[in-house]
Amino acid sequence: MFDLFVQFIFSFLASAAYAIITNVPRRSLIACGLSGASGWMIYWFAVQFGANAALGSLLGALSVAAVSFICSRALKLPVTIFNIPGMVPLVPGGLAYQAVRNLVIGNYETAINSAVQAIMIAGAIALGLVLSEVLNHNIRNFREKREILSLIRKNEEK
Amino acid sequence: MATLDIEKVLETCLLAGKLMLESDAEMYRVEDTMSRIALASGDYRLVSYVTQTGLFVGLDGTSTIRMVQILNRSINLEKVSRINQLSREYVTGIFTLDELLEQLKIVEQERKFFPLWLRFVSAAVVSGTIMILFGGVWADLFLTCLIGGVGYMLYYSSLKILRIKFLSEFLAALFIGCAALLSSQSGLGINQDMIIIGCVMPLVPGVQMTNALRDLLAGHYLSGVSRGTEAMMTASMIGFAIAFVFQLFY
Repeated sequence: MFDLFVQFIFSFLASAAYAIITNVPRRSLIACGLSGASGWMIYWFAVQFGANAALGSLLGALSVAAVSFICSRALKLPVTIFNIPGMVPLVPGGLAYQAVRNLVIGNYETAINSAVQAIMIAGAIALGLVLSEVLNHNIRNFREKREILSLIRKNEEK
Repeated sequence: MATLDIEKVLETCLLAGKLMLESDAEMYRVEDTMSRIALASGDYRLVSYVTQTGLFVGLDGTSTIRMVQILNRSINLEKVSRINQLSREYVTGIFTLDELLEQLKIVEQERKFFPLWLRFVSAAVVSGTIMILFGGVWADLFLTCLIGGVGYMLYYSSLKILRIKFLSEFLAALFIGCAALLSSQSGLGINQDMIIIGCVMPLVPGVQMTNALRDLLAGHYLSGVSRGTEAMMTASMIGFAIAFVFQLFY
């Protein structure tokens, strides 16, 4: 339980602090932290329940994208403001570091292994962002089409 | 009268685009904002060619084309969202073109960054929290915060002297690597790997990577690829520095 609490608070703090580095508007700081925390918590739970890191990152990225979409609607700010800090805890820093380190020491096999895993996780995060973007666009288009259709119908009734 | 109007529309669009590009916005957002402004001020169709280092703007059916050069860029998401909001308010008709131009000039003059100490603290917080999240030990927390904060400050302050971003990143990562290795060898730090991973986190090119992806998705391959290259260069600079430190000490 304590672990859960620490994970949540620390991922929140990490995202909010990274948001300060990238100069986001002040009123969006809490939302930035929330998007990061949601992504990391989903990732953490997925990994705890035995998913591999790439799948966890994909789910985490999807959750970051969803939360940032909601926040951008609520606060009327560009969606990137919440996306960027939200991704920070998911970045495969550990694997990239292991890859560099093993490359220097001379363990080329381990290095390639870590590098490929890091690239897969990065790809998963990108895929999560892309998927949610596609979903958002389709939902928006669908809604707009429905509104237009209802308008046309009203006009016909008149 | 009509020609004057066109000049003013162009100038407003150009200023909005320039400010957004200088704050590292995505290309499609810049194009979208400019064409919204042009459309709202007299139903002009805007033709634009936007790259990271310059932008051309013209109105369809008129003979004037103007361009502006983007000399220095820095990440400032607040400015991007401010201009986004201004253009939306303008489209809904809250203020006139002259007022929009004035507002944009006010935004241009603003140097609204977070204060330096807050950036130091937030870099320290990023380093420490990420170190714990990735499985570091609690005893290293204070040390990681300190090294990460100082490393970021080194990056930030050397940027003004060196004027080459990649060199500053290399320098900062070099400092972080040396400090982490020395502290773990002298017994202050316990898990040097985790300290290094946490400390380089504030330097990670998150904005460039995300924007590169979004530009690629929107079909702006030129700027998507160039931003992606920037991100790759930054990442490899950090990697080179850490590798260099390992070569030095082993």
